[in-house]
Amino acid sequence: MAAVLALTAVGLSLVFGVMRVVNVAHGEFYMIGAVVAWFVTYYLPFPPALAWLAALIIAPLAVALIAALADTLVLKRLNYDPEATIVATIGLLYMLQQAALTFYGSDARPVVAPFQWRIQLPWFGYSGYKLFVVLAAAIILVAVWVFMTRTKAGLVMRATQVDRETAQAFGINVDRVYAGTFALGGALAAAAAVLIVPIQQAHYLMGHDPLLLSFIVVIIGGLGSIRGTLVAALVIGLSDGVISMFFSPTLAKIIATLLVAMVLVFRPQGLFGARA
Amino acid sequence: MTQGAKIWGLHLLILVVVFAAQFVLPSYHMTNLARIMVLAVFAMGYNIAFGYTGLLSLGHALFFAAGFYAMGLPIWHLGWLPLPALIAGLMVGGLLAGAVGLLALRTAGVSFMIVTLMFAQAGYLTLLYLNTWTGGDEGFVVARTARVLGGLDLATDTPRFMAAFALFACAMLVCLWLVRSPLGRVMVAMRENEERSRMLGYDPFRIKLIALIVSGVYAGAAGAAYGMLFGYVGATFATIQYSILPMLYVLLGGAGTVLGPFLGALLMFYLIDITSGYTDAYLFVVGAALVGLVLFAPKGILGTLRERIAPWLP
Repeated sequence: MAAVLALTAVGLSLVFGVMRVVNVAHGEFYMIGAVVAWFVTYYLPFPPALAWLAALIIAPLAVALIAALADTLVLKRLNYDPEATIVATIGLLYMLQQAALTFYGSDARPVVAPFQWRIQLPWFGYSGYKLFVVLAAAIILVAVWVFMTRTKAGLVMRATQVDRETAQAFGINVDRVYAGTFALGGALAAAAAVLIVPIQQAHYLMGHDPLLLSFIVVIIGGLGSIRGTLVAALVIGLSDGVISMFFSPTLAKIIATLLVAMVLVFRPQGLFGARA
Repeated sequence: MTQGAKIWGLHLLILVVVFAAQFVLPSYHMTNLARIMVLAVFAMGYNIAFGYTGLLSLGHALFFAAGFYAMGLPIWHLGWLPLPALIAGLMVGGLLAGAVGLLALRTAGVSFMIVTLMFAQAGYLTLLYLNTWTGGDEGFVVARTARVLGGLDLATDTPRFMAAFALFACAMLVCLWLVRSPLGRVMVAMRENEERSRMLGYDPFRIKLIALIVSGVYAGAAGAAYGMLFGYVGATFATIQYSILPMLYVLLGGAGTVLGPFLGALLMFYLIDITSGYTDAYLFVVGAALVGLVLFAPKGILGTLRERIAPWLP
């Protein structure tokens, strides 16, 4: 799961790094991605594999659209004031969750275990698919890396991250960069969700755990440092399984959250922040 | 009329109106109003930290729930009487706030929000983990016999309303006194410009810690009273949602105003109550209200009113 976690966390880290916005609704982008994937695979009359591929394209696009809308309609008007944006994204979280509950949760089978749908991928075995997920996540991550370091758009984004005013003075449309970054962050979360949804099920509350985990990953890795985020995602994703072998999952979560709080208190630049 | 008299007069008038409401309102709304008053106390505590001192915490559910459990657990396991249990709730709320504050106040701004959020989440998970003691997700019912305070059965309408009102009135008057006291002024100075107040010789850490502890005491008292008056203690009250709610109330009513939390709680409670008659999508209403507020009225109702008409409003 480390791979998927890294994908989600990189989205969050990107948004924080470039925009200085803590996106509390990030987990909901992930959830919406999974839900959209379910809709696409359920309604499109394709064979499962093709439908899933379609979902992998459609879901991130849909979420990116929502994110870009949220950015231009709400976040931009707040001038990206950190505290106001957190409140606003909390509001967004509730709205997205409720929307998913209304349109997805109150579906045709609301009473008898409403979230039992599984998207089957018969041509792969269970573990074979997991391997594929790791591979796909790695490819997407490399793509993001190349995008950030090798393309003009990536350069513009990094320039905006370093100094917003100077970037603006050089004729960069900062508003559009921000909308694009927010959309990209959302799309990464959605892509992670589409990858994971055949293994886990789509559920309107599924955004909670990845949000917390990606918070942890981003903080441990140093806020805004993408390299640190990747390392932390791998470490945490792998150690999560190890820890929960020794302790109960709830206790593991308690320890993890407290550790993260302590890291923020005593090492606010993150464990890898200095390297970024 | 001096300004001080005007301010005290207005707040006492509000208290009288709320008190008189019980003679007019039907039973359903009376229970609602009791609930709103307790929630308003919670929001007032939040307002002391957020509205006056500028500490945007996302972890107040922790202190609220601490009040709940510090009141409920001794009654359940040890057979405590209601009064010491209530006091325990209030004290534990303050103590926990102090402990969290000692650590969390080393950070500021966004980090402070995340740290408090993490602590609250850890607290919630701890409640679930210790479910043999706390009842976990399902919670437990506070025994009816333990809800009799000074001969008054708090499970019936009128005494419940009176108890909630007493707490509300105390909380409001203390809050009013606090924000008009020198300490309250320094708290506002912290919010407005921490560096400058440090240069004037105030210790920001100490002032913020005091504000957070007072805030925690309010939250603990509200939690203990809520559990006592409505007879149920459960881990749902420790979820993030109960950190968001007081923030919503305060933002709606007006951050940094004494009456704002009550007004916000009143309006929001009935907004949810009325909309849930038409649709079950009440989370959407909460979310939309949050977004709308930060977008269009970041100062809330009373904050805007103070700006336009009544600059003397505390």
